[in-house]
Amino acid sequence: MIDPQVFQLVCFYAFAAVTVLAALSVVTLRNSVHAVLALVLTFFSTACLWLLAEAEFLAIALIVVYVGAVMVLFLFVVMMLDIDQEQLREGFMKYLPVGLIVAVVMLVEMLCLIGVRAMNAQTMGQNPATAAGVSNTAWLGQALYTQYLLPFEVAALILTVGVVAAVALTLRQRTGVRHQQASEQVAVNARDRVRIVKMAAERPADSQPAPAQETKP
Amino acid sequence: MPTFNDILIMVPEFYLVAAACVLLLADAFLPANQRGVTLHWASIFVLIAGIYLVVAHQPAGTVTAFNGMFIRDGVAEILKVFALLCTILVFIYARPYLSDRKLLVGEFYTLMIFAVIGVMLLVSAGNLIMVYLGLELLTLSSYALVALNRDSKLSSEAAIKYFVLGALASGMLLYGISMVYGATGTLDLVQLHDAIPHSSMPHLLVFGLIFMIIGIAFKLGAAPFHMWIPDVYQGAPTAVTVFIGSAPKLAAFGMAFRLLAIGMGGYVQHWQPMLAALAVLSLAIGNLVAIVQTNLKRLLAYSTISHMGYLLLGLVNAGPEGYSSAMFYAISYALMSTAAFGVILALSRAGFECEEIDDFKGLNQRSPWMAFMMLLCMFSLAGVPPLFGFFAKLLVLQAAIHAGMMWLAIVGAVFAIIGLYYYLHVVKVMYFDKPVEGTEVRLQPDFTLRIALSLNALVLLVLGVYWGPLLGWCKQAFVG
Repeated sequence: MIDPQVFQLVCFYAFAAVTVLAALSVVTLRNSVHAVLALVLTFFSTACLWLLAEAEFLAIALIVVYVGAVMVLFLFVVMMLDIDQEQLREGFMKYLPVGLIVAVVMLVEMLCLIGVRAMNAQTMGQNPATAAGVSNTAWLGQALYTQYLLPFEVAALILTVGVVAAVALTLRQRTGVRHQQASEQVAVNARDRVRIVKMAAERPADSQPAPAQETKP
Repeated sequence: MPTFNDILIMVPEFYLVAAACVLLLADAFLPANQRGVTLHWASIFVLIAGIYLVVAHQPAGTVTAFNGMFIRDGVAEILKVFALLCTILVFIYARPYLSDRKLLVGEFYTLMIFAVIGVMLLVSAGNLIMVYLGLELLTLSSYALVALNRDSKLSSEAAIKYFVLGALASGMLLYGISMVYGATGTLDLVQLHDAIPHSSMPHLLVFGLIFMIIGIAFKLGAAPFHMWIPDVYQGAPTAVTVFIGSAPKLAAFGMAFRLLAIGMGGYVQHWQPMLAALAVLSLAIGNLVAIVQTNLKRLLAYSTISHMGYLLLGLVNAGPEGYSSAMFYAISYALMSTAAFGVILALSRAGFECEEIDDFKGLNQRSPWMAFMMLLCMFSLAGVPPLFGFFAKLLVLQAAIHAGMMWLAIVGAVFAIIGLYYYLHVVKVMYFDKPVEGTEVRLQPDFTLRIALSLNALVLLVLGVYWGPLLGWCKQAFVG
């Protein structure tokens, strides 16, 4: 039987090595889809490292937010950049091996994590949450809103600046663009649109019809 | 637990955040014809009130807020006052330039105020996290400001370079911070100072220190981490360059002081030689490369690099004398560079950037007062005796000598003489060259700009003669 402590340490170095290698491939791979997949692997391995250090909330948040939402969006954008149906179809087979490798590495990492937990290995270093006797998420929430309140608020301020900067740099007032003016459409009057034409009543077919008389209401 | 008292200590910062948000909303709801004027004067008023709040409620001694995250002391007070003052000057100088180029948008004012808040948080940081966040707030706003002129290729290129290199430097700083945290287990600067002698991993600490110094050197723009400075100074709209050359330099000094003197104070023997090397390189590269420049904005950019070398001479002293002289130098540099870029802004007009040195040919015959203002700036930057810059240089050289680094002071003095050449070249062009036929000098008609610029340049002369109170204020901040 392997010593749980040793196995944990081996897992730590393995995850760390995968993280670094995947991060390196992000910048070295020429194919952008492969690079995005490598970035997914980087995030996933980092999350594994955090799980090993018992920072569960951060690890799950990384997976849900970055791998789940941001990276998938990223992948869509990268794939959409060059829209060519032919290429897309042959792309599936081309990207399959790399995708499979990433998936297999992820699976192995997950199994290792479960193994570490199953062996009841001791924690690596001090964990303030365990010391306080609360869950990781509860401890994090308390720390964020008490001890780290100021940095938390400043981080919010930075996000605000990000929004302001994005708007300042991308919003353009274009002239001569044909917009649909919903307010004008709603406020329109029936009189402006419908023209009532007064005509004489129809005569029998043998005679000529009277010329139509146009009147504005 | 945070209490109401914590908020009272941070009143100037909270007030500015609230004011920035109000200005942001005002920008969206004001009618277009009143927007520019209202926002301009409202922003200036907001900053003046900010200075009042910083000075008026300054507690005696050092107080901390939010579990030591925020330090309010004399050092922070002085740096904040001058950062706010420089930003007010920037607002006044920038308005005609920006409105000529249809760049006068509300976001300019809001981003600028957010950047100043970043400066204020950075110089008051009591925790490594706050150092990083304050820095990010400042630089993120700066990136956007540099890219404000979207249609200019040069401007976009400068912004991308600034952004990529800035992100890399922030990453380095963060990496250093994580190593220091790993070695000591604390992020609080005061606790870090106490924990360093007992650390079981001194090598990791030194590695962390090196990465933190890279981050600081990048933000100061000290060689060999200066590559972004010339491109950003030249590419950014001059109205933004004038800001980047002033308040962020004060912030970078504050950051260096907090990180090195307070946090890593126990490792003076390690960071002193590193700073000395950075200083020598900055002095050499800044002064030598500036000689061949033909663009005045680029020349001033290289002059910034050399001035940061002098600032580092003060920091190398690693004692109250050195810190106060370095702070004095940072303040003098901020005022000088604001005035120098202010002259460029005053002489620029729609479709004409007065930024080549040749544009200044014979300025004395056409606008003697502006030529005199530029003369004061150039002499002060060069360090010619009766001006502000001379005394600041003298102080940092003295600090280096008192630290037992005579050779460093000699290097500083030699490069000051080399630097004299290119500053005097600008003066020569203005006073002794004939104006180019077919060109004209048109001063911005804005009345407040002329008044503020004249005051700013004359202050360089006044403080050069009457430097006592400011130096006393700086020295007092580092006592105890």
